[in-house]
Amino acid sequence: MMKVSYFPGCTLKTKAKQLDIYARACAEVLGVTLEELPDWQCCGGVFNTSKDEIATKLSAVRALSAAGKAGQPLVSICSACHNVLKQTNAAMQNDSEFASHVNHYITQTGQGQMAPYHGETTVLHYLELLRDVIGFDKVKSCVKYPLTGKKIGAYYGCLLLRPSSVMAMDDPENPQILEEFIRAIGAEPVIYAMRNECCGGYMTLEEKSLAQKKSTAVLDNASSAGADLLVTACPLCKYNLDKNGQNPLPVVYFTELLAEALGIKEA
Amino acid sequence: MQRIGVFVCWCGSNIAATVDVHAVAEAARHEPGVVFSTDYQYMCSQAGQNMIIEAVKEHHLTGLVICSCSPRMHEATFRKTAANAGINPYMVEIANIREQCSWVHKDMAAGTEKAIILAKAAIAKVHLNTALTPGESKVTKRALVIGGGIAGIQTALDIAEAGFPVDIVEKEPTIGGKMAQLDKTFPTLDCAACILTPKMVDAAQNENIRIISYAQVEEVGGFVGNFHVKIRKKARFVNEDVCTGCGLCTEKCPQKKVPNAFNLNMDNHRAIYIPFAQAVPKVAVIDPNYCTMLKTGKCGVCAKVCTAGAIDYKQQDQIIEEEYGAIVAATGYNPISVEKFDEFAYSQSKDVITSLEFERLTNAAGPTAGKLLRPSDGEHPHTIVFVQCVGSRCAANAAKGKEYCSKICCMYTAKHAMLVRDKYPDTDVYVFYIDVRTPGKNFDEFYRRAVEEYGVHYIKGMVGKITPENGKLKVQGSDLIADKQLHIDADLVVLAAAIEPDKSARPLATMLTASMDTNDFFTEAHPKLRPVESPTAGIFLSGTCQGPKDIPETVSQASAAAAKVIGLLSKNTLKGNPCVAQSDEWMCNGCSSCANVCPYGAITYENKEFRMPDRSTKVRRIAKVNPAVCQGCGACTVACPSGAMDLNGFKNNQIMAEVDAICK
Repeated sequence: MMKVSYFPGCTLKTKAKQLDIYARACAEVLGVTLEELPDWQCCGGVFNTSKDEIATKLSAVRALSAAGKAGQPLVSICSACHNVLKQTNAAMQNDSEFASHVNHYITQTGQGQMAPYHGETTVLHYLELLRDVIGFDKVKSCVKYPLTGKKIGAYYGCLLLRPSSVMAMDDPENPQILEEFIRAIGAEPVIYAMRNECCGGYMTLEEKSLAQKKSTAVLDNASSAGADLLVTACPLCKYNLDKNGQNPLPVVYFTELLAEALGIKEA
Repeated sequence: MQRIGVFVCWCGSNIAATVDVHAVAEAARHEPGVVFSTDYQYMCSQAGQNMIIEAVKEHHLTGLVICSCSPRMHEATFRKTAANAGINPYMVEIANIREQCSWVHKDMAAGTEKAIILAKAAIAKVHLNTALTPGESKVTKRALVIGGGIAGIQTALDIAEAGFPVDIVEKEPTIGGKMAQLDKTFPTLDCAACILTPKMVDAAQNENIRIISYAQVEEVGGFVGNFHVKIRKKARFVNEDVCTGCGLCTEKCPQKKVPNAFNLNMDNHRAIYIPFAQAVPKVAVIDPNYCTMLKTGKCGVCAKVCTAGAIDYKQQDQIIEEEYGAIVAATGYNPISVEKFDEFAYSQSKDVITSLEFERLTNAAGPTAGKLLRPSDGEHPHTIVFVQCVGSRCAANAAKGKEYCSKICCMYTAKHAMLVRDKYPDTDVYVFYIDVRTPGKNFDEFYRRAVEEYGVHYIKGMVGKITPENGKLKVQGSDLIADKQLHIDADLVVLAAAIEPDKSARPLATMLTASMDTNDFFTEAHPKLRPVESPTAGIFLSGTCQGPKDIPETVSQASAAAAKVIGLLSKNTLKGNPCVAQSDEWMCNGCSSCANVCPYGAITYENKEFRMPDRSTKVRRIAKVNPAVCQGCGACTVACPSGAMDLNGFKNNQIMAEVDAICK
């Protein structure tokens, strides 16, 4: 049984439990144990792009460093957490000024003094774990209840793919990974143009009408292309599409469908 | 021992202002072997050259050192002078005391010191110079043009007009290339077919031109003046000499579902077809992937209806071998695949098309007989959005697009926009652009007419997203001048896809040992001064295979390439460059290091019998340099681990002597 370090993130412990529970159970079936990092803290929520902003990125560095200590790749599922972890890791690798500030802080202050960190840990999204470590062929062979005939639209949103040079998961304009996943569980992917557009994100707090407009546009486009269902990896996307989208098209986490196909969850 | 004469040039004040030329001549006089040394105002002038000839005679000089400008400038001049004076031209060495000395130094003392050192280095080298004689090879008076688009046709016509036989090898069943697919041409809006097809007919009727269509070059051997080429002519299952091009078979063939590549697969033709009405040669061709007879052995309708008896289901590929003196690459371009740019939804909607597809949609001989109709439902589009630079100037994402500007898109987009507004005044036409680039005769006037007279909406900014929804294309773009986002519901979107060299160019370049840039465009011998020649002798470049070009530029370059070919073919023999590599067969161990680095394919290997010191014989593999192909770059002499390779005129001991003289 292969072991990886796992960073669930706050939302997966509260609003998005389905994303967490099924991800762990499915990974077990597929031969990987997700080992939750001890004492993890919030990732920071958003990767602050201002260069002198250190404090909000420290908890991400701690998570990365802890996984590195365990000698394991760090897996996350929530698009926002993954985005923060991956961008912070890249900054620790490439921005020496930022890295030296951070290392100065983590090695000299606080209770659990840490060794300096320079971005050695591999950060994987759960989908990358499926594609690159387990393999979609293996996933396919483990499917007990294929979702044959279901027309599913992949909804990437923005955080999973961008900035593409850092996230390096897939082509940001023509992504394939979720479509491959949908095929692996026996369903039919529906390609629609808005699959990599923003849902409105945190704008729902400041200007709800904007989030409504963005989410509705995504759902309308997906249903006009013939999707019966959308899958996402992002709790914020799901929130916006469910609450702000004015279109009844259902949206579920991709781990729920994986659990259904593997026979872990009742359909 | 050589008797060396040193001649220091003032070059007016070019050299004399920062180099004390008397001091240089004086210092050289004391070098070993130097029996005469002088300076003069203009050594390259007739008087200067006469001075050299006189000195050779008077002092019985055997070697000359000219301290002057770069050898690129006047080496040839002084070699001729030496020959006139009765000594071997390769006994001349140039010390460059202008470009590399007087022009870069401001201080007289430093300049003079350096000039003296350079003179001493040249003197040290000329001590080791030997007389060299260039070899000669004959010239086969026939040219090969690879590619039968407008570039290849023009080059072939010009060569043929000069009286030399020329073969055009075209991979499609007809010549004509991309230009045959175009509707109108900018900036005059004359119809492409009307100006191209007469040239195609001229090519077919010219007795010096042989068109080998539906064929590809398979192998190229030999060197300038003496290329040996193998061409594979694919089976078209129709006897070319018998077919009259009546087209009856193309109407009766029951297999109707073959995508029509000439119309960019927007409609179908039969399994036996003639690409277009004015095809040259006008001969039918059978697509073996679709022909029922060739696939199952049952059908034969075309053979039954052919009154000429031209159908031959058993026809095989044919290999043609021919000798050529010169080869012209005219392999052309293709639009890139825009499927990678999913933000423009090309693979999601039939109503997102490329500009070349647009050409076919507005062409009277195209799939809609020239009516501009939406491919999805055949309706007349009312709002049309053109997007420029799709994949061009894509520096940020070179993996996806091209870094360069494709050059032709601004003008053809202006043409398309103008023609649409002219023919269908009820349409709204938008053009999104990064920059509008219209340098060229009457080009900017043309673009301004599109804006001012035809009311095309030009918007500075790019399209970020196209969303097909409910039969419309929702275009989201930015207007950088108004600083706002635009949302346009379009009926048709036309993408100006970047152009790239044809895929056949790379393997061809390998066969020709012609160099290419990172974008697979052929590299010219000099970007400014030798733009139609490849660095490989005897290989010439015509049209877009060298870089993006419009039709007028392509035709100019095609004729320029032809002029170079004619110049080469008018010679009976070619004098080679004697400064070529030479392998010492006793030192060579046949390791192939030299052949691996040779950019010209000049090195081959042979097994040779050697008599060993113990009188036994031994067969050893040794390198052989073909002096007619070698360009004297010297790469092999550096690569050779045993020191067997040496470059005539630049031998290792000569270079070392120069270095020693400089470091002394």
